[in-house]
Amino acid sequence: MSAGAAAMGLLRCAVCGIPNRARAGARLRCGRCGSPLAARKPDSLARATALLAAAYVLYLPANLLPILETGEIGGARSPDTIMSGVLKLWSGGWWPLAIVILVASIVIPFAKLAVLTWLVASARRGSTARLRARTRLYRLVDVIGKWSMVDIYVGALLVGLVQFPPLAGVAPGPAAIAFGAVVVLTMLASRAFDPRLLWDAAGARRG
Amino acid sequence: MAEPDARDLPEASPGAHRLRWGFLVWVVPIVALAVGAWLALESLVNRGPTISVTFKTATGLEAGKTKVKYKDVDIGTVKSIVLSEDRRNVIAVAELTPQARGLIVEDTRFWVVRPRITGGQAFGLGTILSGAYIALDPGKSKESRRAFEGLENPPVVLSDVPGRQFVLRADDLGSIDIGSPVYYRHVRVGQVVSAELNADGKGVTFVVFVNAPYDRYVVRGARFWNASGIDVSLGAGGLRMETESLASIVIGGVAFQVPPGVEPGPPAATEAVFDLYKDRETAFKQVYTVKDTYVLHFRQSVRGLNVGAAVDFRGVPVGEVTRIGLDFNGEHELRPVVEIDVYPERIAAQFRRRPGAERPEVRAQTLQRFVDRGLRAQLKTGNLITGQLYVTLDYFPNDPKVRIDLAKAPLEIPTASGGFTELQSSVENIVHKIEKMPLDEIAVDLKNIVATLDVTLRNVNALVERMDSEIAPELRQTLETARGALGQAQGALSEDAPLQGDLRGTLRDVGRAAEAIRNLADYLERHPESLIRGRREEEGRR
Repeated sequence: MSAGAAAMGLLRCAVCGIPNRARAGARLRCGRCGSPLAARKPDSLARATALLAAAYVLYLPANLLPILETGEIGGARSPDTIMSGVLKLWSGGWWPLAIVILVASIVIPFAKLAVLTWLVASARRGSTARLRARTRLYRLVDVIGKWSMVDIYVGALLVGLVQFPPLAGVAPGPAAIAFGAVVVLTMLASRAFDPRLLWDAAGARRG
Repeated sequence: MAEPDARDLPEASPGAHRLRWGFLVWVVPIVALAVGAWLALESLVNRGPTISVTFKTATGLEAGKTKVKYKDVDIGTVKSIVLSEDRRNVIAVAELTPQARGLIVEDTRFWVVRPRITGGQAFGLGTILSGAYIALDPGKSKESRRAFEGLENPPVVLSDVPGRQFVLRADDLGSIDIGSPVYYRHVRVGQVVSAELNADGKGVTFVVFVNAPYDRYVVRGARFWNASGIDVSLGAGGLRMETESLASIVIGGVAFQVPPGVEPGPPAATEAVFDLYKDRETAFKQVYTVKDTYVLHFRQSVRGLNVGAAVDFRGVPVGEVTRIGLDFNGEHELRPVVEIDVYPERIAAQFRRRPGAERPEVRAQTLQRFVDRGLRAQLKTGNLITGQLYVTLDYFPNDPKVRIDLAKAPLEIPTASGGFTELQSSVENIVHKIEKMPLDEIAVDLKNIVATLDVTLRNVNALVERMDSEIAPELRQTLETARGALGQAQGALSEDAPLQGDLRGTLRDVGRAAEAIRNLADYLERHPESLIRGRREEEGRR
């Protein structure tokens, strides 16, 4: 048995917060509010893995397909992937915006995927190295994950504002959906992941 | 408050959990995989052939934007434009839709559509707004191909236009250009597709395209001529002006037709070769298979005689001038020499009747006979205003006999000086004579004569005065005397004058006497014996 509340025979209710006197086992309800009680998030690793896998799959179209198409309606259209959009912004002189989008749409999603994968893998392995760092990392990922939606936000603004038919217009491309899905999936994955699992391994080691 | 005791905490109660939905989460990645796979598959399937087209310049082309269109339908996009390895050309790589697969064959042609004006028509004006695009004309081959050389100009005729091509050969371009119209009986039936200098630099070859169904009029016997501009010719025959159409005046044109009197023949094969004549007249001229070349030497100026001028015999054209030059004969004499072609077929009856007339020796003998009879060549003025000359053959029986040198080739016809030149020389002679006249002396003489005349006149004047004063009164007297005499004579000769009465009586008597004699003569004629016997009536009565 690892250290922690469970070792003391207590299970904290995730909804109302009160520790319950409980024996280990499944299918318990909180004595105060009646919500289901669990020591760890159920199927945390499985869910996190599945969601990460889905995010990986959709990561490819998100970056390869065009996210925005600019140009004359009915005439020559210029499709842009995220990367090409960043490059165009940079070469167009909008380098602050380019940096923002680069960070938010390319660096952060990639980093999230990488970190979460690593965390899940390390939790499965039961590794005890750098636990505090890993925990901090998890918190970072969880907090800033939603900011990747900035790119979608910019795209939506452009589509809404830049419409001068028949001369020029902006239309969303298929990558917008894929990218949105990737962000959502990574957010869900980080929610599904239970960082206490990391510490469980440490406890098991000691105990 | 006391420290909470673990015993104060509620007891967890058993309760039914929700159904474990843990494994359902795996639906998400499966769906994601499916979506991703479908997207990938779709893009793969939708990917059509990729081609590369080489152009001289990338003007108007933009990577990622420029479209490839066929019949105004988008069938692809230019993905990238790069310089060729030798940096002389530009290679545009384009991705086409799958439906374009059948269009990309061996002889497909690509060109960039930009605004241009050719052949009197404007093309591609829409590209001013929408940007240039690459158009293609699919070929008919079955082999597909991925690398193409783009045309710098759009092809004049697209491959799906029915019709046939023919090849024309000419000496020079003659203001015909790609896109110039082709006419048949003044109807526009096609256009010039290409015009190129021959490899040896000795002429120009055109390719013309004649639309169906007019291509069936291009028969073996048809003649093509350059119908550009306005044909103005000023010759011995006068001023002539001919034009095909207003368009052909500006942009040139080619016309064809079967000349009258020429056998049309079967339809010409595709890409058959024709000669391009320089105008309708030349094209319609009958081509004679037999021609004799003769040489003429003239002593006078041949200015006004042009190559192509007519040679006629007493007004009937029998040939034409082919060359004019200078000749230097052995006696250090420089003379103009004219070469003419005579077509014996024009002297048709002669040619057909005489057997063996085709042989050159026979014709040479014939020529000698003509020359013996006085056949000479002469330059005559066809047009007094322009001074154009032509050659005429005629008999000059009074010319001294000339022996033709039958060994020389081409044979030489002796010449006689021309009519107008004779007039010219006569005038010259007169001028000379006038020059020779001692006009100064004549003037002096005239002065003397005038002076003498003056004196004479004065004398005459004096004489007349004398006459008036001295001679006149005497004359008057004479006249009066004469009048008196005349009056007397008149009296003698008047009607009732005695002289007249006497005369009349005498005449009467003479008449009676004559009558009596006549009676006697009559009687004697009837009764010649009465001379001896006397009158019978008297006997009877006695």
